[in-house]
Amino acid sequence: MHPAYSVILFTTASGAGYGLLLWLAAAAALNLVPRDPMLGFFGLGLAIALVTIGLLSSTLHLGRPERAWRALSQWRSSWLSREGAAAIATYIPIAALGFAWVFGEFMPGQFAVGAVLSVPCALITVWCTGMIYASLPTIRAWNQPLVAPVYVVLALATGGVLMNLLLAVFGYELRWAATGTILALVFGAILKRLYWTAIDTAAKTYTAESATGLGRFGTVRPLDPPHTQPNFVMREMGYQVARRHAERLRRVSAALLFLLPIMGGLLLLLNLPNSIQIAIAALSALSAVAGVLTERWLFFAEAEHVVVVFYRGGSA
Amino acid sequence: MTSLPETTAKKLGLVIDLDTCVGCQACATSCKEWNAGGYSAPLTDQDAHGSDPHGTWLNRVHSYEVGDGAESRTVHFPRSCLHCETPACVTVCPTGASYKRASDGIVLVNPDTCIGCKLCSWACPYGAREYDYDDGVMKKCTLCVDRIYNESFAPEDRVPACVRACPTGARHFGDLGDPDSAVSQLVSERGGFDLLPEMEFKPVNKYLPPRPRRDQTAQPAPRAVEQPATNSGSLADRFFAWADKTLAR
Amino acid sequence: MDVSFTAQAERSAMAHHEPDIALSEPSADEIKTTTCYMCACRCGIRVHLKNGRVRYIDGNRDHPVNRGVICGKGSAGIMTHTSPARLRAPMKRVGPRGCGEFAEISWTEALETATDWLKDVRARDPSKLAFFTGRDQSQALTGWFAQQYGTPNFAAHGGFCSVNMAAAGLYTFGGSFWEFGEPDWEHTKYFMLFGVAEDHASNPLKIELGKLKQKGVKVVAVNPIRTGYGAIADEWIGIRPGTDGLFIGALIHELMHAQKIDLDYLVRFTNAHWLVIDDPQAPDHGLFARDADGKPLALDKATGVLVDATRAGISPALVGTLKLRDGRQARPSFALIAERFLSDEYSPEKVAATTAIPAETIRRIARELAHAAFEQQITLDVPWTDTDGRRHEKTVGRPVSMHAMRGISAHSNGFQTCRMLHLLQIVLGSIDCPGGFRYKAPFPRPTPPPNRPARPSQPNTPLKGAPLGFPQGPEDLLVDADGRPQRIDKAYSWDAPLAAHGLMHMVITNAATADPYPVDVLFMYMANMSWNSSMNIPAVLRHLTATDEKTGEYKIPKIIYSDAYSSEMIAYADLILPDTTYLERWDCISLLDRPISGTDAPADAIRQPVVEPDRDVRPFQTVLLDLGARLGLPGFVTDTGSPRYPGGYPDYIVNHERSPGIGSLAGFRGTDGKSYGRGAPNPKQLESYIAGGCFHEHHLAPEQRYYKHANKAYLDWAKDVGFIGAAAPITFQLYLEPLQKFRQAARGHGTVTAPATHRARIEKYFDPIPFWYPPFDGAPSEDETFSAITQRPMHVYHSWGTHNGWIRQITAENSLYMNRARARKLGIADGDWVWIKSAIGRVKGRVRLMEGVNLDTVWTWNAIGRRAGAAALGTDAPESTRGFLLNHLITELLPEREGGYRFSNSDPITGQAAWYDLRVSIERAAPDEFGETWPQFVPLHSPPLAEAAP
Repeated sequence: MHPAYSVILFTTASGAGYGLLLWLAAAAALNLVPRDPMLGFFGLGLAIALVTIGLLSSTLHLGRPERAWRALSQWRSSWLSREGAAAIATYIPIAALGFAWVFGEFMPGQFAVGAVLSVPCALITVWCTGMIYASLPTIRAWNQPLVAPVYVVLALATGGVLMNLLLAVFGYELRWAATGTILALVFGAILKRLYWTAIDTAAKTYTAESATGLGRFGTVRPLDPPHTQPNFVMREMGYQVARRHAERLRRVSAALLFLLPIMGGLLLLLNLPNSIQIAIAALSALSAVAGVLTERWLFFAEAEHVVVVFYRGGSA
Repeated sequence: MTSLPETTAKKLGLVIDLDTCVGCQACATSCKEWNAGGYSAPLTDQDAHGSDPHGTWLNRVHSYEVGDGAESRTVHFPRSCLHCETPACVTVCPTGASYKRASDGIVLVNPDTCIGCKLCSWACPYGAREYDYDDGVMKKCTLCVDRIYNESFAPEDRVPACVRACPTGARHFGDLGDPDSAVSQLVSERGGFDLLPEMEFKPVNKYLPPRPRRDQTAQPAPRAVEQPATNSGSLADRFFAWADKTLAR
Repeated sequence: MDVSFTAQAERSAMAHHEPDIALSEPSADEIKTTTCYMCACRCGIRVHLKNGRVRYIDGNRDHPVNRGVICGKGSAGIMTHTSPARLRAPMKRVGPRGCGEFAEISWTEALETATDWLKDVRARDPSKLAFFTGRDQSQALTGWFAQQYGTPNFAAHGGFCSVNMAAAGLYTFGGSFWEFGEPDWEHTKYFMLFGVAEDHASNPLKIELGKLKQKGVKVVAVNPIRTGYGAIADEWIGIRPGTDGLFIGALIHELMHAQKIDLDYLVRFTNAHWLVIDDPQAPDHGLFARDADGKPLALDKATGVLVDATRAGISPALVGTLKLRDGRQARPSFALIAERFLSDEYSPEKVAATTAIPAETIRRIARELAHAAFEQQITLDVPWTDTDGRRHEKTVGRPVSMHAMRGISAHSNGFQTCRMLHLLQIVLGSIDCPGGFRYKAPFPRPTPPPNRPARPSQPNTPLKGAPLGFPQGPEDLLVDADGRPQRIDKAYSWDAPLAAHGLMHMVITNAATADPYPVDVLFMYMANMSWNSSMNIPAVLRHLTATDEKTGEYKIPKIIYSDAYSSEMIAYADLILPDTTYLERWDCISLLDRPISGTDAPADAIRQPVVEPDRDVRPFQTVLLDLGARLGLPGFVTDTGSPRYPGGYPDYIVNHERSPGIGSLAGFRGTDGKSYGRGAPNPKQLESYIAGGCFHEHHLAPEQRYYKHANKAYLDWAKDVGFIGAAAPITFQLYLEPLQKFRQAARGHGTVTAPATHRARIEKYFDPIPFWYPPFDGAPSEDETFSAITQRPMHVYHSWGTHNGWIRQITAENSLYMNRARARKLGIADGDWVWIKSAIGRVKGRVRLMEGVNLDTVWTWNAIGRRAGAAALGTDAPESTRGFLLNHLITELLPEREGGYRFSNSDPITGQAAWYDLRVSIERAAPDEFGETWPQFVPLHSPPLAEAAP
């Protein structure tokens, strides 16, 4: 699948944003951080900014962004619609939490309710994002049980990396966050490894023979293409990345997204001076961002849509 | 409305005869041309006279070779929306612009409400949906909904443009939900099949398979003519003897 | 994750709200009929207009050619009509040829310039005007212009297209394929196609193939390549190119072997029983023995006496050696024919290796043909009367039919091969019978047609007849006293005696090399001679720009070119006359020209303008009439010197009479509009055509429909309406005597003898009995070379299609196709780039591998490749960066033969361009050479063109 930068930015930014929101909400609900308005402002601000940038980025992928509001209506059947509705809905507990945290409660319990409701809203939104892809039987590499869980775990991981940075900058106690982040990163690494194995070994059962029904006569090979320049379908779904290149990028993304941030997180468990903590957290964050962008790029680039069997023969 | 109708009163669709298609592209261009006006028009072009000419088409014609050596054959293969009974392209649509009509089963995109998110094209295994780069919305075969009921047309012209155009008669239109219709009978006589049936979208369009060849790979025909006995002179002599008849002018 | 889950949940759905759709929008404010011109099939179309602009084009259901269907080209017509490659105004060249620098001028200036040039030439030597038209359909007018002007140097494109087919057919049985005849689709039981990809019987062939498949009639496609019709054929025979004659000969061999020959048919309709003189030293050796009245002789077995072979009621002998009155020996021509085909040379075993068809397949096909022809004979309850006045209560038919096209024609052995095919059809008794191959009026015509090509004329004097014709012997050749050609293309010379359609592909070369002589003005219409219509393009470009050393003038001093589009030819012309598109013009598809008749109904058609031109262009035919009037050509002006057809082409169509009562259109003639074929001009004729859908059909009565060549009711009527001069039966010439006359001349007999350089060639190839010989430059050899041929894609018509904004979205580049097994041996993989090398050059292109191609053949789609900058496509269009032509590899002149003479790369009998004789070697290119085709020419600068209409 063509790795569209707008969609990559959408899923990674919004994932990190919802992840950070989850960490902040958990921290708020469990009193793991001081109720510092500046922390609330910058933390939730960052989370909202990431989520909003992500959502706006996703509208760049639309042909008619001015009609985007229509995307909220088909939540009964469409994961994309559900994601949109959940994303919009999530702004409510975020707003409640944010206002309470920064300006003080307008209603009693607003802080706690905002915090507690943010968690399922954020989780559902990220889950729905993952399900947009996982629900498509046409793309085997996406139609895997691990896809939505990976989205959630990576949201938590990238959010956690940002949480560490936030706490470091504010000089608050961060070992609990660092531990949680390490766990999320380890879990993410395991899931991602399992995922790559799954897609590498998945049987490609859709064949050109079945797609054309001509298998009864033998192997199907394209002769003349229906068009000598790629059309929308092949531009969108005909992207191919070389096996070797993809494997190299997997290693790079794993190193940047998991290995380095895990090391950074371990370092954060030590009692290092705050300025060093900030540096470590910042580098971990940068590494994780680069890593998740690469991981997401691969998620698209390595995915093959069944329609290619009409154009290239073979299987998908 | 992305909910699918429980059933549809008719199952209108096409039957494509792969034994008769010669790959002439008439269906593709007549569709392109019909849809330059009418429903969800126009189908736009990008760089039509430049170095990367491509555009929105609703029907694409492939050519394949199948098999090896003497057993191989060439098959020309038109591909367009199959108006599936349970299409994912409808249910994934976030706006309801993609829908399946309850009256006749035609799957359409409402060009006024489509947001061009392209998810439906990801959901379709047949590549039937193309994004129009100028209009910003998704387009697909409409089964010429603006022709088949058109009272300003002569009745025999109320068929999809591709069906009317096809010079070899390889495209047929009708109600696949009616077992007595001409198209249904064609399907049962010729063993019409679904594309990618295992994906369970229940395509309504059917394809008719190429018929067996009648060449040396088929059962050899019995020798029809007994050769005359070879011991009565040379070939030429025998022939001349036979031709030396009294013929009437 | 699971779509069916959500669908299920939704099936208990709520009320369904669906948008309202406009279901009955009219497609047009107005629908006009006209005739398509996206190729030469001439289908009837309906043009749907909205606000005066073209909205949609579909097929006219009532039209006899296409009956409502439309092909991939026709449906894209609007993009051709609005193409940015359209010329917009007359132009004159202001920079050197090839640079594309033009100034727009007025029509006044353009016509005055053209008139001055043409007037000057006509006053000195009219032969110095070479007037050649390409793919147009107005040869009745353009040929007449040439005739009245006085130049014999005229032809259309048939010489590089399919003259072998036309000539072989017209000389043999008075008809041919495509517009001259077609299978009796309704009744045929076996159909064979030879060398057919897409051709001009386009939609009719497709329609009928679809029906044959439904009925289960066997279709056999003989073609080195398996696509299109070959893909749906019940049997594909992947023959080696140029060897169809051997295959057909072997079929005839087998049929004779099995005695499945219709001898009765032969003696009734052919010259099989005519006696051929056997007297090797005599001047009339090999000619027919004739009586004092010139009638051919035959032996009547009933009486044992030599009689007029054309008499009815005799029982002619087909075999035996007979004594003539003068004591010399003679044999019926059939005996000679049978001897040849019964010989071992045409046995299936002998031909199998060369044709790449297994002997058992050949045998089986022969059996199947025999079975269909003899075991599945048809009898229709249709009485008819023959030209001897005998009534037949039933019409009997041998239902085997065939169609052939470029694959047979475009070889240097095409004429004889096509003659063999007709021989096959005739021995099966399948010409113009139910289920067989039938004529389309105005054919059959006499064998050969009686008009001879006209000789060069004097200044300011018309030719004595039409420039093109059908020589019947050396005395009809257009040669001077030394035997040198009198025409610029050497048609009707010893180089190409039966060149019925001229040799347009040699004009530029011959004019530039002054061989046989230079010309002053080259005037061309609709012919992309500096690109895909020429062989050896680099040489042609050099010829077009070559200058005389002494004077500095171009060797071809003046080139006038007319076209609607900016093709590669524009940059090399001096004066450009821009044409209209087919939607903007009047036109006639005439029985005098390229008819669209059906087998049961002669037909003709018109085009009417459905839109007005939006630029300063004029229909070429109107311009030609204008030029003719300015030149004062007889027939183009009245007695007082004013233009005879001031209303332009539609005026000419309606009012011109080629002979009394015979005009361009056969329908609605006479002042009352009720006459067919012959009648006074009817001022309302065009209106009547338009009212009927822009075509007219005349349905033959049942008793006229079959055996037209011997059908009294048909022939009498055909004479009445002017199709033929006399209602005499048309005798099939199995033995083609005119060829023997040329042979005798080559042996030194007669007053007009062949030059020494040509004698061996005439001796060898002018065999009156068809035979197969290896193509000249294309003999299969033991080395690694391949035959290189092309096919025409069904959706692209030469370079007309590649500037069409829709068609090029389907195909904007081409590849070279090879057989996978051969490619493997050469280390070539699918998608590799290769050098394609011939004796004169090399071309680079990308390879695709396939199964369905003869092992010895490589091929590509023709005319996709374009020169950078042509047709307003921009310099980096895929057509030029990745598309390629094989034309650069094909030599227009063969290597020197004995006597140092270089013949054109053509069939020696008709001059047909031998495109498919090309042999090449293939070599994988180096990896850094992948990606772009070669050669790349200096990009053309397209002259000022209008913006494309939205």
